[in-house]
Amino acid sequence: MTPPLMSDEKIRKARTHVNQNEALIFERSMPGKRGVALPQCDVPEVPPESVFDQKALRAAIDDFPEVSEVDVVRHFTRLSTWNYAIDLGMYPLGSCTMKYNPKINEVVARYEGFAQSHPYLPEVLCQGNLKIQHMLGECLKEITGMDALSLQPAAGAQGELTGILIIRAYLQSRGNPRKKILIPDSAHGTNPSSAAIAGYQVENIKSGEQGCVDVSALRDAVTEDVAALMLTNPNTLGVYERDLLAIVDILHSKGGLVYMDGANMNALLGVARPGDNGVDVMHLNLHKTFSTPHGGGGPGAGPVAVKSHLEPFLPHPTVEMDASGTYSYNFKRPLSVGRVRSFYGNFGMLVRALAYILTNGPGGLKQTSEDAVLNANYIRSQLKGIYDLPFDQPSLHEVVFSDHLQNKYGVTTMEIAKRLMDYGFHPPTVYFPLIVHGALMIEPTESESLEELDLFVEAMKAIAEESATNPDLVKKAPHNTRVHKLDEVAAARNPVLRWKPKKT
Amino acid sequence: MRYLPKSDSERKHMLQTMGLESTDQLFSHIPAAIRLKRPLQLPAPYSEPALLEFFKTCAAENATGMVSFLGAGMYRHFIPIVVDHLISRTEFYSAYTPYQPEVSQGTLQAIFEFQSLMCQLTGMDVANASMYDGATAMTESALMAQRITSRTDLLVAETVHPEYREVLLTYTRHLNTRVRNVAFTESGQVDLDDLKKRLSDKIAAVIIQSPNFFGNVEQLEEIARLAHERGALLVVAVAESLSLGLLRPPGQPTGDGQPVADIVAGEGQSLGIPISYGGPVLGFIATRDKHVRQMPGRLVGQTVDTGGQRGFVLTLATREQHIRREKATSNICTNQALCALMCTIYLSLLGKEGLREIAIQNVSKSQYAISRFKTIESIEVLFNGPRFNEFVIRSKERRKFSDRKLWKQKLVGGVSLKRFYPRLKNAELLCVTELTPKVSIDTLVDLYQNG
Repeated sequence: MTPPLMSDEKIRKARTHVNQNEALIFERSMPGKRGVALPQCDVPEVPPESVFDQKALRAAIDDFPEVSEVDVVRHFTRLSTWNYAIDLGMYPLGSCTMKYNPKINEVVARYEGFAQSHPYLPEVLCQGNLKIQHMLGECLKEITGMDALSLQPAAGAQGELTGILIIRAYLQSRGNPRKKILIPDSAHGTNPSSAAIAGYQVENIKSGEQGCVDVSALRDAVTEDVAALMLTNPNTLGVYERDLLAIVDILHSKGGLVYMDGANMNALLGVARPGDNGVDVMHLNLHKTFSTPHGGGGPGAGPVAVKSHLEPFLPHPTVEMDASGTYSYNFKRPLSVGRVRSFYGNFGMLVRALAYILTNGPGGLKQTSEDAVLNANYIRSQLKGIYDLPFDQPSLHEVVFSDHLQNKYGVTTMEIAKRLMDYGFHPPTVYFPLIVHGALMIEPTESESLEELDLFVEAMKAIAEESATNPDLVKKAPHNTRVHKLDEVAAARNPVLRWKPKKT
Repeated sequence: MRYLPKSDSERKHMLQTMGLESTDQLFSHIPAAIRLKRPLQLPAPYSEPALLEFFKTCAAENATGMVSFLGAGMYRHFIPIVVDHLISRTEFYSAYTPYQPEVSQGTLQAIFEFQSLMCQLTGMDVANASMYDGATAMTESALMAQRITSRTDLLVAETVHPEYREVLLTYTRHLNTRVRNVAFTESGQVDLDDLKKRLSDKIAAVIIQSPNFFGNVEQLEEIARLAHERGALLVVAVAESLSLGLLRPPGQPTGDGQPVADIVAGEGQSLGIPISYGGPVLGFIATRDKHVRQMPGRLVGQTVDTGGQRGFVLTLATREQHIRREKATSNICTNQALCALMCTIYLSLLGKEGLREIAIQNVSKSQYAISRFKTIESIEVLFNGPRFNEFVIRSKERRKFSDRKLWKQKLVGGVSLKRFYPRLKNAELLCVTELTPKVSIDTLVDLYQNG
């Protein structure tokens, strides 16, 4: 389908660029090709049959790729050009904090001393790695106001699980682990899932009219069966839970704890510290707030930070520094929940996050949060009235619209999202939080210039206009992408999850 | 701040359009009692050169330029330059999870290729898009086996990586799950008699590792038969996944068509990923088609677009936390996608022959090293199971050299086993790969012999 002519020259719609189609790597395979020069073997080669039972061995793998280095480079370079990326433009996924990934972080994390270091090196041979963990830990404690932390969890969800296990161990040590975790219905799906894996029943708390925790409903729900409340703050509407202190009191007065999901910490750097306000345990997503790249779905890092009463329960080992400035691991932690991951977590991400914090300094971090909030509010002010704003109260780093105003033309959130691609933008988060029907959740982050924000605003306005005048254009989008709308129903109904050779 | 693309006058202009005077007003709904009233006490900003210098100094406080005999779950292998070059493309590393397939086909096709390669390596029908690491992959496989069998208890071999077992305990301690260890024999392999004794109708899975923590290949067929006779699943963890280039894949049935592993869970670090102090690395899970709906983690599937073109999407998401919330198969969301891409590029470069050749080099190196250690009177090479690239030695007398002397020769020794197995005093787990020069093996042997 030919894209329609642009009505407004200011709107720069996306154009595809010239690029070959690319088969699967298996389909490019040709016997006898290879893409690697192996090191010479400097010891006598041993026939595997002399070491292993024949039945323990395999032959060379049929249909494994056989391609040259050039083939591989072309293949993956072409694939890469089919991705949207933060360096191409705004990536306004709400609650995902798709900010710029500084290039220097990629350089320092690849230094040989880090990238080649083995986790079982004697401590005296890896003081640099210990120092980085210690220093990052100190920075994150200062940023969050918490007393102690573990850098071991590999991602946000694992940080959540670790945090809930810490709560369980703490309550158990006082005699009763309790039964339930309370979770607002606006929470990310990992919250209830993590609580369930930690062996708790999940009780959903309905949000109040303003989309925040309803304090009186919470008061009714908190009994001595409740181990903790998991609270995302700012919540997934981008709204600060202004009753935080009252919420904390309600939990603490019944012996329960407060877990804070720190996924949205990008709004709060240097602004407010959860640890000063009664939060007992929280996690951070270094791949959100602290700029480590998302990698197309990871790796991330999800440090978990606690107040001092929970410190004995942190995963082991913890990193310590003695009076002489020598660093060591402490494995002797009898109350620890144990290990949640092998070795020391996603260390390479820790290096990048520290580089980000040190580059910013305290002023840079605060300005980061201020700009993130400014950008989100600017979009909100520009699009309010054009898109429905279901919860119209002050918000911070993200803003949630709905498709309510476009529904009357038969246009829905997913179609708006797909149409944005034609304008050269990645869509926002859609249909989340669940408390907003047809949610469009926009988080621009601090990384967007005014020019880019205006382009986005104009694109959103144009789509609203198109929805009214030419809804079919929106409903059939995207038109300018490499593939058109993909059949997700067919994919799930008849799953094809791997390549197989065609039978001859 | 160079990461913030706005001038002060632009900020002011934006505020004005909103009828505001200062940024502070944007935060005014946060109660004053909650706000931080002082600047964060963090180091002042580092310039670019200062930052490079700082990290260079830190990196130099780690050992570099040394040949290490450390393995035990993290392996130093040759990684072609092309791998890092390609994953350094911003379109790969700065992209989000491919929830919007029309602008994420690059990541999606690469994951589909990854899933296919892992199936070929493990002999399974289906593999997921990655887990955090080998330890969590194995642990989530155990939870998956509990769901499939509706049984509670687990048997785990003592020859499984001790840190993997620790993670398993962390995840199951509070559940109604009994985890029992299975002993090992003189050959450093699972004790089949002990396994037989401990199996019962409550056991959801028998969990083993092969090659195991001591480097020995386990007797998969015998273990599978025993487990399956009692209705338990067999979970095979693979920490040294390069071994899959040479060893019979755990997912492949026996010669007479009996199933072996039901789930293969492992660590893919050996396949093109720098050790990086143990992370980020690459967990994976592969299984039979019939178990796919109990699998944790993301899956990419093939489909078509409205024009009939092939394309790829995330699929079977009803297993996942963002749909099923507390009823999901796992809480995993962010995984290790970029590491899966490294693995995909690495395996493509190595190809059919290269993978096998490099695996044989590892066996040759370990056979050479073992044969040299066997000539030393004061050293006992423990366990006689077939080995891939790791083996255990025990000193019968006090070691003749200090660590410092070893380090001075630019060598780092193996992993002392006492820490994990108190009864294995004076025992050391050594690893040699295609990157361990013969001369380094000879130097280490000479130190053990002559001090």
